Amino acid sequence: MGNDGKEAFLRLLSTFFIVSSKEGPFMTAQSGQPRSSLWHRFLVRSKIKQTWPLHLLLLVPIVMVAIFNYGPMVGISIAFQDYMPTKGFFGSPWVGLEHFQYLMKLPDVPQVIKNTVVISFWKLVLTMFSSLLFALLINEVRNRHFKRFSQSVLLFPYFMSWVVLGGIIIDVFQQTGAVNKILTSIGLEPLSVLVDQGNFRYLLYGTNIWKDMGYNMVIFLAAISSIDPALYESAVIDGANRWQQTLHITLPSIAPMIVLLVTLALGGILNAGFDQIFVLYSTPVYQVADIIDTYVYRLGFLSAQYSLATAVGLFKSLVGFVLIIISYWMADRFAGYRIF
Amino acid sequence: MKTSVSYKIFSVFNYTLLSLMVILCALPLWHILMISLSAPGPAAANEVGLWPIGFMIDNYTYALSQQGLVQPFLTSVQRLLLGVTLNMLMVIMAAYPLSKESSAFPGKTAYSWIFIFVMLFNGGLIPNYMLIKDLGMIDTIWALVLPGAVSVFYMIIMLNFFRQLPKELEEAAFIDGASHIRTLISIYLPLSIPSIATLTLFASVGHWNSWFDGLIYMRDPNRYPLTTYMQSLLSQLQRMTSSRDAERLAFTSRRGLMMCYIVITLLPIMCMYPFLQKYVKSGLVLGSVKG
Repeated sequence: MGNDGKEAFLRLLSTFFIVSSKEGPFMTAQSGQPRSSLWHRFLVRSKIKQTWPLHLLLLVPIVMVAIFNYGPMVGISIAFQDYMPTKGFFGSPWVGLEHFQYLMKLPDVPQVIKNTVVISFWKLVLTMFSSLLFALLINEVRNRHFKRFSQSVLLFPYFMSWVVLGGIIIDVFQQTGAVNKILTSIGLEPLSVLVDQGNFRYLLYGTNIWKDMGYNMVIFLAAISSIDPALYESAVIDGANRWQQTLHITLPSIAPMIVLLVTLALGGILNAGFDQIFVLYSTPVYQVADIIDTYVYRLGFLSAQYSLATAVGLFKSLVGFVLIIISYWMADRFAGYRIF
Repeated sequence: MKTSVSYKIFSVFNYTLLSLMVILCALPLWHILMISLSAPGPAAANEVGLWPIGFMIDNYTYALSQQGLVQPFLTSVQRLLLGVTLNMLMVIMAAYPLSKESSAFPGKTAYSWIFIFVMLFNGGLIPNYMLIKDLGMIDTIWALVLPGAVSVFYMIIMLNFFRQLPKELEEAAFIDGASHIRTLISIYLPLSIPSIATLTLFASVGHWNSWFDGLIYMRDPNRYPLTTYMQSLLSQLQRMTSSRDAERLAFTSRRGLMMCYIVITLLPIMCMYPFLQKYVKSGLVLGSVKG
C-alpha cells in the first residue's frame, strides 16, 4: 500500500474512531506536533500509526458481514411493503403493519408458534436428560475399550446431515420398512409414524435423541472427567457407595455445565430444528409438525407471499433476539459463561 | 475396588443397556449398507435384513457413472474446498485484531459489537434469499460459500485461542521490528495449527452436510451439491410414502440405489470421523470456556 493510499485509509477511519476511541489510556503524545488539531488527536488516541494493519485485516470480514448479514436486515423492510417481484424493492407500495395485522387473524399462526415451542421444549428436555443419563452410565463402565467404543458409536450420528439421517429414518419407518416388518413378525400392528399425527412428534423427539445425544454426552463426560478424584476418595472413606457418590459428587459438580447447556439452548427455543422437520414431514402431519421456519419457507418459496413470510421471519428474529439476550445473561449469571 | 452385589447387578444391567443403545444407533446404518449391496429385487421387497441378498456392487458402479452422483459430488467438493478456505481466511483475519486488548487496539470494542450483533439478530430467510438474488449469485457456487464465510462462532473460538498465547512472544517480535502482519504469520499461525485444524474439520463437515442453501439458491438441479441432490430424491420418496400408486412401486425398485447414495454421502464424514472425535472435546473446551 502506497503512502497516499495509507493516508486516505487513515482519514476514512478517523471519522469513526474519534467517537469510539474513548477507552484506553491516552497515549504519550509525540512531541513537536500541535496538540490542538482534531486530526492529531485522532492520530494519538487511536494509535492508528501502530494499529492500521489491524484495521486493514478487519476490513474484509467487516465488509462481508456488512453485505451478507446486515444487508438482509435492510431487506426486512419488505415486511412493511406489499412486495411485488416485478416492481422490486423500491417500487413496491408501503403498507405499514398490515401484514402483521393479517397474520394475527390467521388460524395457522398460533398453531405454528405452539408447535415450535412444544417441539423445541420436549426435544431439549428429552435430549438433555438422555445425554446426562448415558454420560453417567458410560462413566460407570470399567472396561476402557467398551467405554471408548460406545462413545464413538453414540457420537457418530451427530456428524451426519439430517438429509442422510432422514433418508435412513424414512426408509426404516415407512409402511413396508424394517420397523414394521419386525412389528408384524412379532404379531403387533404396523405403525405409520411418518404420516400419523398422533405419533409424528415422538418420531421427532426420538430421532433428535439419536442425532444429538452423543454430543451432549461427550460434553458431560468431559465435565465429569475434570472432577477432582480426591472428592471421590474421601467419599469412599466416609462409606459412600457408587450411587451416593453419583448423587452427591458427580451431579453437583457438573451442575454448572448442565445449567449452561440448558440456558444457551433456551435462547434458541424458536429453532425447533428446520432440517429435521423439513426432511421428515409431509402434508398429513403439518398440523402437529409445522414450525415457524417451515411455515416461512412454504409461505415464501411455495406460495410466493414474500412480504408475509418476511413478517413472520421478523417476528421470529425479534423474539429470538430477546430470548438470546436473556439466555446469555442467565448463562453469565448462573454459570459464569461469557461469549467474549 | 470393592464391589457390592447390588453394584455387580447394576454393572450387568449397565453393560446390557449400553450395548443395546449402541446396537440401536449402529444397526440402521448397517441395514442400509446391506440394502445398497443387494440385488434390486430383494431390496425393493424389503427382504434384506442384516446380510445382503444377491450381493452385487452395481449400485455403486452406477452411482459413480456420469448419470449418477459424479456432478453433485464434484459440486460438493468444490464448495468444501472454496468454502473452508474462505472460512479460515476470514476467521484468522478477524480473530487476530480482536484478540488484542482494547488499550492496544482502540476501536476493538466497536468492531466486536458489529460481529456479536450478527449472532443475536438475523434478517431471516426471505431477505437473505432476496439479497443473493439481487447480487446475481443464483446458480453460482458463490451463493453457497460467501453468505456463511464469516462465522462468528469460529471467530470467537479462534480469538480465545490467540488470547491464551503468551504476550511475551508478541512483544519480542515487535521489539525485533516485526509488523503485525509478520507477527501473525510467523508467530501466531504456527502456534495455532491445532486450533486451525480443529476449525477446518468442523467447517468441512458443515459445508459437506449443508443442503438447504443449495435447495434455495440453485435453480438448476444440475448445480445441486450432493446433500441437496439427496434431499430432492428423498422428498420424492417422502411423497410416495403417503400415496399408494404405481409411481411408488417404480421408486422402490430404486431403493438399493438410494441407500447406496446415502452410503456415498456418508463416506467423507466417516473418513474424517476419527479426527473429529479426537477434536470434539478440544473444540468445545475452546468454545465454552470463558476466555
